[in-house]
Formats: sequence, C-alpha cells, structure tokens
Amino acid sequence: MASNGKFNGGPAVNGRAYPIEDHTYDVVVVGAGGSGLRAVVGCSEAGLRTACITKVFPTRSHTVAAQGGIAAALGNMSEDDWRWHMYDTVKGADWLGDQDSIEYLCRNAPAAVYELEHWGLPFSRREEDGRIYQRPFGGMTTHYGKGTAQRTCAAADRTGHAMLHTMYGQALKHNAEFFIEYFAIDLIMDDAGRCRGVIALNMDDGTLHRFAGNMTILATGGYGRAYFSCTSAHICTGDGGGMVLRAGLPLQDMEFVQFHPTGIYPAGCLITEGSRGEGGYLTNSEGERFMERYAPSAKDLASRDVVSRSMTMEIREGRGVGKDKDHIFLHLDHLDPKVLAERLPGISETARIFAGVDVTREPIPVLPTVHYNMGGIATNYHGEAVTLKNGDPDTVVPGLMALGEAGCVSVHGANRLGSNSLIDLVVFGRAAALRCAEILTPGEKQPELPKDSADLALARLDKFRHASGGTPTAELRLKMQRVMQNNCAVFRTGEVLDEGHKLIHDVYAGMPDLRVTDRSLIWNSDLIETMELDNLIGQAVVTMDSARNRTESRGGHAREDYPDRDDNNWMKHTLAWMDDSGGVTLDYRPVHNYTLTNEIAYIEPKARVY
Amino acid sequence: MVELTLPKNSKVTEGKTWPRAPKSTHLTEFKVYRWNPDGNANPSIDTYYVDRDDCGPMVLDALIWIKNNIDPTLAFRRSCREGVCGSCAMNIDGTNTLACTKAIDDNKDPVKIYPLPHQPVVKDLVPDLKNFYAQYASIEPWLHTTTATPEKEWKQSHTDRAKLDGMYECILCACCSTSCPSYWWNSDRYLGPAALLQANRWVQDSRDEATGERLDNLEDPFRLYRCHTIMNCSKACPKGLNPAKEIATLKKALVDRQL
Repeated sequence: MASNGKFNGGPAVNGRAYPIEDHTYDVVVVGAGGSGLRAVVGCSEAGLRTACITKVFPTRSHTVAAQGGIAAALGNMSEDDWRWHMYDTVKGADWLGDQDSIEYLCRNAPAAVYELEHWGLPFSRREEDGRIYQRPFGGMTTHYGKGTAQRTCAAADRTGHAMLHTMYGQALKHNAEFFIEYFAIDLIMDDAGRCRGVIALNMDDGTLHRFAGNMTILATGGYGRAYFSCTSAHICTGDGGGMVLRAGLPLQDMEFVQFHPTGIYPAGCLITEGSRGEGGYLTNSEGERFMERYAPSAKDLASRDVVSRSMTMEIREGRGVGKDKDHIFLHLDHLDPKVLAERLPGISETARIFAGVDVTREPIPVLPTVHYNMGGIATNYHGEAVTLKNGDPDTVVPGLMALGEAGCVSVHGANRLGSNSLIDLVVFGRAAALRCAEILTPGEKQPELPKDSADLALARLDKFRHASGGTPTAELRLKMQRVMQNNCAVFRTGEVLDEGHKLIHDVYAGMPDLRVTDRSLIWNSDLIETMELDNLIGQAVVTMDSARNRTESRGGHAREDYPDRDDNNWMKHTLAWMDDSGGVTLDYRPVHNYTLTNEIAYIEPKARVY
Repeated sequence: MVELTLPKNSKVTEGKTWPRAPKSTHLTEFKVYRWNPDGNANPSIDTYYVDRDDCGPMVLDALIWIKNNIDPTLAFRRSCREGVCGSCAMNIDGTNTLACTKAIDDNKDPVKIYPLPHQPVVKDLVPDLKNFYAQYASIEPWLHTTTATPEKEWKQSHTDRAKLDGMYECILCACCSTSCPSYWWNSDRYLGPAALLQANRWVQDSRDEATGERLDNLEDPFRLYRCHTIMNCSKACPKGLNPAKEIATLKKALVDRQL
C-alpha cells in the first residue's frame, strides 16, 4: 500500500492521543468509483502526484451495480446526433439542468465511450459488424423527441461492473497510489475558504492520516441509504456531501431524489431499465399495460419519474398486484430466452435469487425504489465546486472539486435519464483531471496547513468513538430512513413535508444521544456506521427542507398541492446550508440558460410530455 | 503423519452465547467466528439467535440483524447486497460464498460462519486480501495493444466477444482462491484460480496484442502449474463461473504454442 507519510507527535483530544501520519500530494481523490477512478487516471497521466482514498476496495464501489448501460450518440444502430442526446437530457431534467454542462456531456460522450473500449471494456457487440451494441433506454429519442433512439452502450446488463473493473485496471497501469479501506472523516479548510485536503482513518490498523493536496476531489457517491428502501449499496452514505455541509458549504437541488421504477419487491435490488429497453413492460392487477395511458408515445420507456409516478397512481387506485395490492409486475416472459440469456443474464439471476422468479415464465414483482440523487455539491462543468458568495452564484471554492453522484454539475437537473449516470462519471472525471492539469503544477510546494487542520475531524472521531448515550446507531438510522421513506417519497404535499420537517429535525436532535459500543479503532464498523449516519442525517435534513420549500412539481419532485411546473418562480437551483445545530438556510442559483458553443442554441422550456 | 505445531493462540475457543430476543418464536442459531486484534485473546465462536420474523432471507440479512439488534461490535464487509460487488465473501456452512446471496434456509442449523479460509484475519469476518489483490494486479488486467488505436472502437465479432463470457463477470470475491488447497499451501507463489481466470480473460480477448507475454508470465512451476485440478474453485464460485476450466485453457494454450 502506498505511503509517503511520516508520523508526528499528534494532537490529543479529550486527553487521548491521536498520532497522525502526514502525506502530501498534488491531488487527493476521495472515492474509487467510476468518476474517482477516471480522475485518478487523468491526473496520473498529467504527471500530478495523485492519491486515491477509498473506504472500500475500488471494485466494490457502487458503480459496480450499474446495469443497463452508458449513453453516447455513437450512431451504431441507426442515425444519431449528440444534439438529440442533449435535447433528451434537457427534457429529462425538466429544464433544471445547466445547458452548458449538458452540452459538454453529450458532445464528449462518444469519445469517452471509445476510450473505455480502448481500455478493454467488454462491450456487447453488433452481430453485423462487430461495433458496440446499443439499446433503447427511457427518454432517449431521435430528431428532438420524434423517434426512439438506440443510444445506450452495454456490456450485457453488467455495464457498471465491466466499466469499474476496466477503470481499476487502467489505474493499476498508471501505478496510481491507493489508500484502500481508509475512511475520510472531514475536509481541511483554511481561513481563506480554500480546501487543503482531508483527514482519514485507516480501518486496517486504526491510524489517522492527513492528506494535504492542492486539489481535493470528492467522488463519494450518493446518499441513497438515507431512505429505508433503496437500490443503493450499504456504502452509499454520501460522505462527501456530509463533509461539505460541515465545511459550511451548500448542497444543491437536494429535493430531487430519483425513484427507479423497477426495484424488486420487497428486497429493493435493481432490475435495469434496459429490461424495458429490450421489450419488457409493466402491468397492473388487471393485466393492463397501464403506461400506454400515462405516456402514449414512449409508454414503458418514458423517463423514470413519469413511470414511477404512474406505478404509484395504479397502486393507489387499487390496481396493484400481490396479496396487499402494493406492487406492480414487470414482464419479460414474452421475450426470447436467448435474448434474456445474452443481454439480461444478470437481472435474470437477481430475479431468481431475490424474488424466486424464473423470468422466462413469470413476471417480476417491482416497486419504485430510491435510486439516485440528482442533487449534490454544486460544480461547474470542470468539476470545480461552486457556491453563492457576495452575490456571485458561480464563485469557485478553491481547492475543491466534486464528481459523479456526489456532485451536481447539474446535467441531470430535476430527473436523470437512465444510462446518463455512467457517462457523467467518465466525461466529468476526465474534465476534472484536465482542469487539474491546467491549473496545478506537479510537485508545487503547498503552504503550511492551518494549525487546527485536524481538529474538526479528530473531535468528531473522538466524540463518536466514545458516544455513550441511550440510542444505538442502528435505531436512529432506522428512524431517519422511515421518516424519509414516509415523508419525502414519490408524491409529496405541504402537509406531509411539514410533518417530515419536524420528524427529521427530531431525528437530528437525537444525534447527541447516540451509543457506540465498539471503542476500538481497527475495523470498528460500529464507529464507521455512526460517522456515516452523521453524513446521512445532514443530507436527509436538507433534502426534506429543500423539498418543503419548493412549491412546484418538476422532475423527481412531485407536489400534489402544486401539480405544475412553475418556471416563473422556480426555474432556479436550490442551495441549502446547514449549521451546527441542524438549522437549514436556503438560497438559490440561476439555472444556466446558455450553451457552450454556437453549435446548439439554448433549448427553451416547454411542456414535458412523453 | 506429519506433526504440525500450531501457534499458541490459534485454538478457537467457545465464545459468548448472546441472549435470545424475548417473545420471538421463530429463531435460527448462528455460530460466528470472532477475533479482536486488540489484546491477546484467542479467536472464539459466539452464538447468536436471530429472529427470523424480523429479518430478511439471506445470511447477510442475519449478520446485519445481529449487528443492529444484538452486537454492534461484529465486523464484516458488505456493500451491494445483491451479489455483484464481492465484499461479503465468507465461509458459510463450510463453503466459501457470498453472504448476500446465500439463503439462511439453505444451511444446516446452526449456521456456522467463518472468515474466508487461510487468509490473515484483520478482525472477526474481515480477511486481509492484500496478497490476493496484488496477484490480480500482477496479471496486468488491462488491454495491451501496439497497433495504432482506431478513432472509434476496436471491432470485435459476436463470436470473439462471447469468448469473454464466463470470465469478465468475475467479481474478485476470492471465494475460489481461498477454497483451493493448493492456494492455501502456496499462495505466496501460486496465483490462484481468480487471478488465473482473469489472466485468461485477457489472453482470450481478440483485441489484446500481448498474448505471448501474458503466457510467458504464467509459464512457471508455481504461478500456473500449482493448479492440480482439485476443482474446489469451480464448486465455490458464487457467480457460477468455472475457473478450473479457464486454467485448463491456459495450460492448453501453453502446450499449443510449443507445437
């Protein structure tokens, strides 16, 4: 394992010594999923000394669970154009996306996919000519909404797995320095508001490490585990978002939480949208293909927020399936078993294990399940974190970047299209590395760290390690998850959100009463889960409060008391800060209503119909 | 018979029996390996009773239930909970497998859980896999090409792509390697089934242009040829892959190139 550190005397907290090992790098990347690894590879290629800190071995990161594919207008199956991809993304985002970033994404997508292919990603192939196979996906169209696009490149239904392993291989090729099973505790911020690095705990031996870097890149993923039922892995606790809130910086558009239409009922495991791309469809208790009513043109391939709402409506109106009429069926049984075996082998296995279903014969029981956070750390299209400061909504936070689900470069706006997430990882992971290469000099001397650089992190670590209240971590976590699931779900109303606001702040107020049983430092997952809960609860609170504040319906945020999109008042990003006592301050950033180049004009808002 | 002297503290002792949840009627007994690196105590086997009416169907659900409801100090790795990340590999009921896809009811009662065998233990069910990962890195798991990179994708026929099926799906959980007696004795020099399956994944890739070098790196009495076709690997693989077959393919490729 990489180490350039040296031990110092180390500060003491509450009379207990915590020696710290110091490391200095040009760039410190936190997280080794798709976007983190792409940034690591890019920075390493640029000759920057790069450390990658990750709480799990890289190939265990949640990118591994992505199934259906990665969107790019290659045009392998039929005519395609990155501008059509851009139009679909803008519309999918319900016009809350920043169109300069969306142009950057869609324009650079094909090159990013070819790069992955050159690195060895085992894409599925077309029989005709050996080019990359592409499948239809929700909301992906041609000619600005007129036809159905086949734009989503896939490695069967294990695209994220294939991609993550390929990228880890590239990182190995570049001799990237990994710090594996290191848990990042907090950012180091100096008085000028610059991020100077991060403090981390090595779970393997319980030692503390201070990573100083001229750039810190947060690629820490989403916070799906704030909810009771999610497709997200246990590790998806939004650690970067938690660190940013504690550093006094805002999170953006946190009210936009995506429910994936097809999580297995009740286990929550994901069944890819690619299953509908390959011809699967949903039915209610009457055997009706109800999506034809809600989205006459796109039907089962409408965007995820639309499908999830339609399913919820069917269940509410008594047309759910099962004993309790509380879920929906996904049919793949009409598809050729050969197609299932070749293109959907992973979900066939998942359905068998977790639902006891043979997909060639029976439908899969599914339910909309929390899947993706559109919100996160606001950034520009270089990946640089931005905040609202002195009236400037695009003020760069020096020394800090955010990528992937942790970030909010706002290409997904109010609702992400399926297969736009994997492309987001590699396009902006690369963009961040290019920006680092542009603004940093390899080996550049770094100014002294602030004297109190480790105080915040060590105080938190010590507080939780010795927490001796009356509430076990698991109990409070469950309370939080129940509140989010009940009060901030697919459909929202002012009343439910008001109640949710009270309840989630009550949960927050319960944090000082936490009890941690394990006092050790080596692989103390009781302590780690408690610090993860601390990261989750902050994001849960700002999610609830941002949702309560936004009195319109847009993308993933559906208010029954405000059923329409309100561009006059709400065509803006929410920013949410949180203070030490859980108080939330809200403000706004304008949506970027311009593109990067003259090759495409700003796409004007219009009614969103599928 | 060879007489082996085991280290003094390698003897596994009887551990704590944790109280049953009151009022629950549907309990399953779990016997779980515990070892704490702090202090000098021997490893022990703790006994827990899991309330099945309050717990999901998989062994991982039971471990999480134990951690949440009985004993927060129990340490184990977990992430995706759906069999794709490979974190929760452990020895359950005598077989290496993933806790998240192994149904509780598919085991004998009591359910016995140990860490993956023959790896150093960091704590409880958490093995140290650094050597396993280093062996994976040693097979250079990335595409080697010398021909100028095309502007678009390298083309690969449907048939050539199909050759990677059964290998690219490997999740590096280490169930196979740590089930292999040959790997137990020689893991310092024998690469083990997982790394060899991965090696063959790149040897078989029609786009790769370093097949010769890859095979050279394997032509060694230990790295490859310590596979004695015991086949535990193929039996253990929770993803249904067949590492033994891929190793045989590599051995055959080494013979073929001599002819």
